[in-house]
Amino acid sequence: MKPIIQINNLGKTFVSKSGDVKALDCINLEIFPGEIFGIIGLSGAGKSTLVRCINFLERPTSGTVQIDGLDLGSLSSNELNIARRNMGMIFQQFNLLMQRTALDNVCFPLELSGVSKRKARERAKELLEIVGLNDKLKAYPSQLSGGQKQRVAIARALATKPNILLCDEATSALDPTTTTATLDLLKKLNQEMRLTIIIITHEMSVVEKVCNRVAIIDDSNICEMGSVNDIFANPKSEAAKRLVFHKKEHDIPFTSKNCYRIIFDGRSSFEPVIANVVLECKAPINIMYADTRNIDGNAVGQMVIQLPDEELAAKRILHYLNNKKIPFEEVKNFV
Amino acid sequence: MFDFELFGWGILESLYMTLGSTAIAYLIGLPLGILLIVTEQPRDTANYTTKNWIFRIIHVVLGFITNVLRSIPFVILLVFMIPITRGIVGTATGSTAAIVPLVVGAAPYIARLVESSIKEVDKGVIEAARSMGASTGQIIWKVLLPEAKPSLLIGSAIAVTTIFGYTAMAGFVGGGGLGDIGIRYGFHRYQTDIMIVTLILSIIIVQILQEVGMRLAKINDKRIN
Repeated sequence: MKPIIQINNLGKTFVSKSGDVKALDCINLEIFPGEIFGIIGLSGAGKSTLVRCINFLERPTSGTVQIDGLDLGSLSSNELNIARRNMGMIFQQFNLLMQRTALDNVCFPLELSGVSKRKARERAKELLEIVGLNDKLKAYPSQLSGGQKQRVAIARALATKPNILLCDEATSALDPTTTTATLDLLKKLNQEMRLTIIIITHEMSVVEKVCNRVAIIDDSNICEMGSVNDIFANPKSEAAKRLVFHKKEHDIPFTSKNCYRIIFDGRSSFEPVIANVVLECKAPINIMYADTRNIDGNAVGQMVIQLPDEELAAKRILHYLNNKKIPFEEVKNFV
Repeated sequence: MFDFELFGWGILESLYMTLGSTAIAYLIGLPLGILLIVTEQPRDTANYTTKNWIFRIIHVVLGFITNVLRSIPFVILLVFMIPITRGIVGTATGSTAAIVPLVVGAAPYIARLVESSIKEVDKGVIEAARSMGASTGQIIWKVLLPEAKPSLLIGSAIAVTTIFGYTAMAGFVGGGGLGDIGIRYGFHRYQTDIMIVTLILSIIIVQILQEVGMRLAKINDKRIN
């Protein structure tokens, strides 16, 4: 499959009196049609600059950005404006026009591209219905909640029927419930319209909920990239580990589900298996039952352990067991 | 005594000069203010292109002219402008003639008011418009001016009341108006009662102009509802 966004050796340096600041350095990235691609990093890592380079709100200092094979750097400002209509963008602060109603906000990009007022309104109504705001057409942004504003922003970003949606910390100003609802909406749009979505965030939970692939950006570079499952199960770089393990190291709740039997089939008794799992995965394990014995320095027997409720921590542990070639099986309804 | 004809004409002349010069001054000041915003460049010259330099030069020159005009005391401008006024209007006396120096004095002031109003528009909204492929013209017409509208209206209330104050000095060039009456009767002829009446009328007019401007701004502001 051909990538819809191809970024080659992209670099961006901000020049200032106090010296040059390298925001991005040699970024290579391919994003494919229909993907939800996460770009995650701590603040100051350069992720916001990266997303602004994708639609040339920031002009890269070096390297190229190709959208559908079209090199944005080669375009005139007029051609660039037209190319941008193929890329919607939403923001942390929503950035709605405060003096326009929800409906007129959605009409705005259509007016820019010269669509007649009547057609623009029709399309805007359709979009506001898709995002679930058909009762707020005449409301001004100041009368809407944060989640509703972001929905208007999403509708507006989609008005010109773009193939790509760029989300810059789009859920960072929203509470957890609204964040989930907004992410669900993005996922729905991704599936129904085959919209390619790029999500910039500093929250691992956002990536975990919706993204297929993720790139971790640290200190102006992509330090790790891959499928979300792989990176969560087995983060390799320091930055990835920091992001994956950072989340809730304490208080991971257990329920009576999630029990696994691990089998000791003769590995060394001197290897502290459980302690290693806990240390490596930074997640607690509950020992429900154990029957192991030491036969000539080899551990033999079985143990039933319970994994934390939190899905990713559990995945990580299972992945670790797999890697260490420790056989295990799920135990249903262990009492 | 309250002379209806005297004060009636005085009010009309004052309003004529005030509103006439405000309107014309906005025709110059509004585009000038927008131009000051559009030509503003990042301070750092390291990545400047030719276009950056041209814009910067325009910005600096316009800013300088604006400041120079604003630093001339209006009474002096009034006298200094007499030959130019004669060239434009045909005469240097009367209310219409007074409009010329009033416009020259007010336009740079209005340009700065407009500039500061537009600067209040959220940078994020401008960025959003750019992400949708808006051209500079579209950003000015569809984003900056509509979003700054309430602030521009408040600015115009300030402008119109300040210009009303300037018109008092138009008496010097025979411009008429309330200020002229106050000086001629109240100052030169020691008719304190007439002075007081012009004062009260001025206060009432300024109050009305200010209040109308503020109300218009409020009605037009959709941020508070």
